[in-house]
Amino acid sequence: MKALALALLLAASASALGDERRSGYEFMSRESQAMQDDDAANPAMLWALDGEALWKSGAPACSSCHADMKGVAARYPAFDARLKKPVTLEQRINVCRTEKQHSAPFKYEGKELLSLSAYIALQSRGLPIAVTEDANTHPYIDAGKALYEKRQGQLNMSCAQCHDQYSGRRLAGSMIPQAHPTGYPLYRLEWQTLGSLERRLRGCLAGIRAQPYEYGAPEMVELELYLKVRARGMKLDAPAVRP
Amino acid sequence: MARALIRVPPRARRGEVIEIKALVSHIMETGFRHDQYGKAIPRDIIQVFTCSYNGAEIFRARFYPAIAANPFISFTTIATESGTLRFDWSGDNGFTASESAAITVE
Repeated sequence: MKALALALLLAASASALGDERRSGYEFMSRESQAMQDDDAANPAMLWALDGEALWKSGAPACSSCHADMKGVAARYPAFDARLKKPVTLEQRINVCRTEKQHSAPFKYEGKELLSLSAYIALQSRGLPIAVTEDANTHPYIDAGKALYEKRQGQLNMSCAQCHDQYSGRRLAGSMIPQAHPTGYPLYRLEWQTLGSLERRLRGCLAGIRAQPYEYGAPEMVELELYLKVRARGMKLDAPAVRP
Repeated sequence: MARALIRVPPRARRGEVIEIKALVSHIMETGFRHDQYGKAIPRDIIQVFTCSYNGAEIFRARFYPAIAANPFISFTTIATESGTLRFDWSGDNGFTASESAAITVE
């Protein structure tokens, strides 16, 4: 009882300290929130189910090496000591795919890669984002921050201009969220399908009429890493629903 | 094989109104879109959804091109007896999917 009271007190003081970060979930309509909250209505769960089937198949199956993947998605992108660079969850899946299963890597935004990442992300639902900030990842985080703040494209805009300066306001009819990637891979109603953070970033880049980075490009990894550092401690709600 | 997600209360009281939810994976291609070369993308939609309760049809819906991908249907029925609810979807290009769920009525 005392512990609970203390926890409540701490939670209250944390919000009083003014964490003004809000995930995309909080910017959504009540109807979209209800769709995400109900696993029978959240279409992303269809991919998670496919992911579970994939996880248990293959030779050797993912499940024959890995047991519990709880918390894993919350740590990515993570520094890979052997590759000497940070890798995203999707890239990590493909490392296993090529090196352990000796098969061709899954295609970006393909059904298999999205399904597996959705299934893995689902197991970290509710856990705080916990990417590692250390000597290994610092240069990449700094590079990601620089990209986030860099003006680019024909509109000469940076990510920061929309998502820091104008978040909570509207771009035409759409709410501009704070760019905290808590729910990826997520089912976007506009896409009518599941998509990765990289697809979302490419959409933003095309929106400011810049040349989008290729899937898996170093810039993508750096941006994702920086965004996850920015969102550290926020709860994962993947696989989410977004408008 | 399309994947479907069904939500039926596992048990209910006789005469109780129960809510049933059914979500199925399908692209629901409208037939009105064109690819990057200007070629029309042929229509590929689910046309009919039915739900039967111990063999008797209790719900039927016709789907049209304006319905979004991965259609979600929610409806209610009265729990009359224990048994099985069967869900069937069928559509273009010989698409079929089915799923069933058991319910215990006390």
